[in-house]
Amino acid sequence: MGKFGFALSPSSRINLDTLDNVKFAHLIEIEPDVLKCMACGSCTASCTAGKFVKTSMRSAILALQNGRNEEAISLLKSCLLCGKCTMVCPRAINTRHLIISILKVYQ
Amino acid sequence: MRERIAGGYDNFVLPFMIGMTFIFIYLFIALIRLFAHIPPKDRIKFFKSLVNPKILYMNCRDILMDCLLHVKIFKRNLLLGYMHASIAFGWFMLIVVGHIEMWLYVPQRNGLLYYPVFFRYFVKQEGDLTLKGAFFFFLMDFFLLMVLSGVGLAMYKRFRSTAMGMRRTTKPCFADRVALACLWSIFPLRLLAESFTAGIAGGSFLTKPMYWLFANFLSDDTHILPTWWAYSTALGLFFLALPFSRYMHIPTEAFLILLRNAGLKVTKPRKGFAEAEIYSCSSCGICIDACPMNIQKKNLPFSSVYFIRFLRRHNTRKINQISDKCLMCGKCVALCPVGIESCGIKRAQRGTLYNSIKHDYSYLAAAHHTPAGAPEILPDNITPAAMMGTATAVAAPATEKVLYFAGCMTHLTTSIIKNLTEIFESSGTEYVFADKDGGVCCGRPLILAGREDAAKEVIAKNTELIRSSGCKKVVLSCPICLKVLREEYNLKGIELVHHTQFINTLLSQGKIKVAKGAGSMVYHNPCELGRGCGIYREPLNVLEQLGELKRAAKEGKESICCGGSLGSLTLSYEDRGKITQGSLAALTVNNPERIVTACPLCLKTFSDKSDRPVVDIAQIVNENICSVR
Repeated sequence: MGKFGFALSPSSRINLDTLDNVKFAHLIEIEPDVLKCMACGSCTASCTAGKFVKTSMRSAILALQNGRNEEAISLLKSCLLCGKCTMVCPRAINTRHLIISILKVYQ
Repeated sequence: MRERIAGGYDNFVLPFMIGMTFIFIYLFIALIRLFAHIPPKDRIKFFKSLVNPKILYMNCRDILMDCLLHVKIFKRNLLLGYMHASIAFGWFMLIVVGHIEMWLYVPQRNGLLYYPVFFRYFVKQEGDLTLKGAFFFFLMDFFLLMVLSGVGLAMYKRFRSTAMGMRRTTKPCFADRVALACLWSIFPLRLLAESFTAGIAGGSFLTKPMYWLFANFLSDDTHILPTWWAYSTALGLFFLALPFSRYMHIPTEAFLILLRNAGLKVTKPRKGFAEAEIYSCSSCGICIDACPMNIQKKNLPFSSVYFIRFLRRHNTRKINQISDKCLMCGKCVALCPVGIESCGIKRAQRGTLYNSIKHDYSYLAAAHHTPAGAPEILPDNITPAAMMGTATAVAAPATEKVLYFAGCMTHLTTSIIKNLTEIFESSGTEYVFADKDGGVCCGRPLILAGREDAAKEVIAKNTELIRSSGCKKVVLSCPICLKVLREEYNLKGIELVHHTQFINTLLSQGKIKVAKGAGSMVYHNPCELGRGCGIYREPLNVLEQLGELKRAAKEGKESICCGGSLGSLTLSYEDRGKITQGSLAALTVNNPERIVTACPLCLKTFSDKSDRPVVDIAQIVNENICSVR
């Protein structure tokens, strides 16, 4: 086996056995906008709660796509719903409602 | 005047009596159910209010002004007000005068429910020369004419509602149509019945000439009974349809006034006080024109009037859909002639959906107990020690400085912070910046999303912060924060002012002086500042000293939401954009050079879409300060 000099790093590997994409499909159904995210991080940069504890819409969406549901919840349960992320989102995603939906679907 | 029909009874009163019995039983059961749903504490509060002379006076005044005279609708549109008032007040007076006639002339029939309603059928005049009762005949005819004119206007409104200041009206449901048909026929039938009987029972300026007219071609007395039957049937049917139609507001509205004046609030979205509000809705449709969402026709079904209709029908899917979509701008509440707090019901409804969502705000406590994390949110003059607990916080020395609380949104529109702090400096106001590097959210967005429990934690934290500063005055530049600080926080002894009020005071005290060089401008009244906190006069006062203040199409409590409201959970970006454009169009009718607002959220929302500069009031004041005290 030849060595190519790169490998899949364990942290971003998706375990298909534990990946729960039923919930993610349900989320997409009620919040199709979640797919519009381009991970620019404006939401995280403007976050009020992020000042105190790691809170990130961007990371949460990435975590959900990779099946790391617990991590996504822990990134969002500190949210104060102040709505700044919605105001700065360049993709016009209704992040405020998305957070509520994620917390409801995955709790 | 004496009795004509022996026994004081005829079969034609049966339909009326059936309807009346039904409605009385229905109302009695409804009342008991409603009381059962009111929390015990509120129930006691209600009964106590009934013996409080001050509240009693308020009750009488409000019932007369709102239920009978419809003063609020008069203020909106004279013709529309007359339409409502003539039917309500006229009908009420017909009942009252009917009873007086009965007491005076046939006292032996006192207590018979139907007797005053069909009085003219049961009595006859003694001789032609006596004038006895003529005064009451006149009154009865006068009020009947009043009601008839109201009904005529109501019919006209069906075809041309714009003539009465209503662009759009409510689409009636089936029960509404039945009740409406009955209501419209009741009074013409009464006129006919009384006119046919006028030869026997007498009449006045309306019924007597009608009798003479009919005598020419319908002189037969056999016409009398069928018309009385028709009148009685229309009344009976109306009462049978009443609980299922919008006319349920007639009995409920008066009761709602009693509950409201007792100081009761919505606790559950469908029960208790909310139920009284739901059944008090007269479906007049004033909220349809009021709603900023209705700039797009597709949003008409999301108006408050339909929200309440779906609540009556227990249609949970629709209820949730509308309550999530609503902007909570409060315009429908401000214009509602009945004063139904539909936003409160929507919030309670959201609570049933979202209050249970788990949250973890433990970091708030940590941020405030750990000195390492604390300085980030600490005002300059507060030592970390002061933040260690409430005990030390209370002991913080009182200071003359004002506390400036910018709020989350203001940190996105930093021009407000920059200009306001400059105003602080030029006026020589010593201030402490509470959230210079970002603070904790005020909690209003959580409350608007129905998450009261989560909001309580945030509110407790912020209360502690504000109290520990020792400042006796807090200046806020975000009306959203101001509203929640005023209503939900326990900050007794601390004055809470918005920066428009603060600047107004500085100007009136002469601490800053401004030149009138700002050109022409229009003021946008933010929902949370105007309707939310009742601050209308101060910003206008300030702006009048700065330049030419142009008028907007909708002002004051009718000001249109900017579209950026945090109230709506599900409204899409595109729909919000349409609202913003509609609001901007209403603001720029008189072509001002600039749009001035006083809310960071409005500023940000408008700036994205406006064709002319949008500035905060702090900026326009700061630009025009000409001399320092």
